Amino acid sequence: MKILHCPLNGPRNISEFVYGGQVKPMPNPESATDTEWAAYVFYENNSIGVVQEWWLHAPSSYWFIVERHNGSDTILRTYDPSELLSNPGMVSLEDAIQ
Amino acid sequence: MPFGLLKYGLGKDYPFEREPDLPATPTLKQHYDVVIIGGGGHGVATAYYLAKYHGITNVAILEKAYLGGGNTARNTAVIRSNYLTPQGVRFYSESVKLFERLSNEFDFNIMYSQRGQLTLAHTDATVRAFRQRAEVNTHFGGRTELIDPHHIAELVPTLNLNPANMPVLAGLWHKDGATARHDAVAWGYAKGATQRGVELHQLTEVIDIIKEGDRAVGVKTNRGTVHCRSIVQAVAGYSAVLAGIAGFKLPLVSYPLQAMVTQPVKPFLDPLVSSSALHCYVQQTSRGELVFGGGSDPYPLYNTRSTLELKESLIAHAVEMFPFMSEMQLLRQWAGITDMTSDYSPIMGLSPLRHYYLDAGWGTWGFKATPICGQTMAELVANDGKVPDLIAPFALDRFDHFKQVNEMGATAASH
Ligand SMILES: Cc1cc2nc3c(=O)[nH]c(=O)nc-3n(C[C@H](O)[C@H](O)[C@H](O)COP(=O)(O)OP(=O)(O)OC[C@H]3O[C@@H](n4cnc5c(N)ncnc54)[C@H](O)[C@@H]3O)c2cc1C
Repeated sequence: MKILHCPLNGPRNISEFVYGGQVKPMPNPESATDTEWAAYVFYENNSIGVVQEWWLHAPSSYWFIVERHNGSDTILRTYDPSELLSNPGMVSLEDAIQ
Repeated sequence: MPFGLLKYGLGKDYPFEREPDLPATPTLKQHYDVVIIGGGGHGVATAYYLAKYHGITNVAILEKAYLGGGNTARNTAVIRSNYLTPQGVRFYSESVKLFERLSNEFDFNIMYSQRGQLTLAHTDATVRAFRQRAEVNTHFGGRTELIDPHHIAELVPTLNLNPANMPVLAGLWHKDGATARHDAVAWGYAKGATQRGVELHQLTEVIDIIKEGDRAVGVKTNRGTVHCRSIVQAVAGYSAVLAGIAGFKLPLVSYPLQAMVTQPVKPFLDPLVSSSALHCYVQQTSRGELVFGGGSDPYPLYNTRSTLELKESLIAHAVEMFPFMSEMQLLRQWAGITDMTSDYSPIMGLSPLRHYYLDAGWGTWGFKATPICGQTMAELVANDGKVPDLIAPFALDRFDHFKQVNEMGATAASH
């Protein structure tokens, strides 16, 4: 059984959680062109390395952030999204480490 | 001829040719007309048709590990064409037709076995979707019909018609459904291609793409640098990684897909059976083993580890369908990395780089398309990038124009 550490509920079986996609900055839906919007909706980095992702603890409907290595399946860090959202521009981890 | 047999049994002479089916990896030249990255079924089929139909034989297949050791070796070998969209059905039907004559064409037995595929509906909504699939399939010349539970019980007497308290309401009976020995498909194509002069380079990994402006002109590998006129990438789960090396993104997310196989038992199950609600499909191989699989892993990963969660849930569902399976023992379990598109259709054709062609996004359903992918990719390369009609709907830029070809409902449960 793989354990994911939920910032709200503590260590839980990973089957209680739902993967919610890679963290990426959202373009303004009012002003984005179709191509920009398509890029946001369909394209992800999908490279091998550390990824920053949205996860949901389904029983408590709580969304949070997971940093994970998608080659070794090691969970590096989990935290409340306020940490990310308080960061202006919502810089993603991949951008930050480049 | 018992005496003849005895003579050969005791003698040192072997009555048949001893030529190996495949030549050893040759030295890598500095230039080829075409480089194919990925020695899975799709890559070797492309090389085969380039040589056979277009006379292009100065071709190198570069494979980082060994021939057909990727998803070609890991799939559960379901071959069918009962998809939902006209674009999809037209394409997969051509592949089924090619499969039917492949053993003859190769003079090599791929153990193609057309036993029909049965998908079970447990809700009214699924029955309606099945009606549509039967109509579309019939329209394009496939053999698919909706059948009732009595007919299902006749076809598969051992099936539980009330699995997990979800009564089977109807079945989509696809007579063209089949299976084949997946390794033999790769070997047959590789043998036919190398006999015509194509070079198969195993243990040769592409680590960089050489570009001049917006044009791809060669590749760097662990065994040296190669220049070429055209490049085809057919690397399944690693499609996005290779595209990243080439300098562009693909709308793909890579997930592990796991499957398993039991010990062999006497033949009892002829059709391939899958349940849309239980997300589980079961078939008996010609060796008697039960192969079964289900949905993808719940989150993206580039790692072929096996999980207890998948084993538990998949076995639970398989045992609901065939309760006596609880008496059987598992023989093997494995995973492959699958490159998933959001519309469950592939990405084939042109890329942002000129002379660099894509055969990607084959996710959990690309084995059945191996022959037609090879044929259409070869045509694309031979005609210098003129996209064949059959694969035009699967262009990469469909995502930029919101023109997806939605096959999710017809793919997720049975690949
Ligand atoms: C468990 C499972 C069950 C499946 N069941 C079915 C099914 O029932 N029916 C169906 O139709 N499909 C099924 N599929 C999907 C199917 O297996 C694949 O879509 C198909 O095999 C893809 O073939 P391919 O030749 O493109 O890829 P592969 O066979 O994976 O070949 C790609 C090759 O590229 C090589 N490669 C990668 N990167 C590099 C590099 N940088 N340089 C050189 N070589 C490289 C790899 O080593 C690999 O050998 C299943 C998949 C899995 C994992």
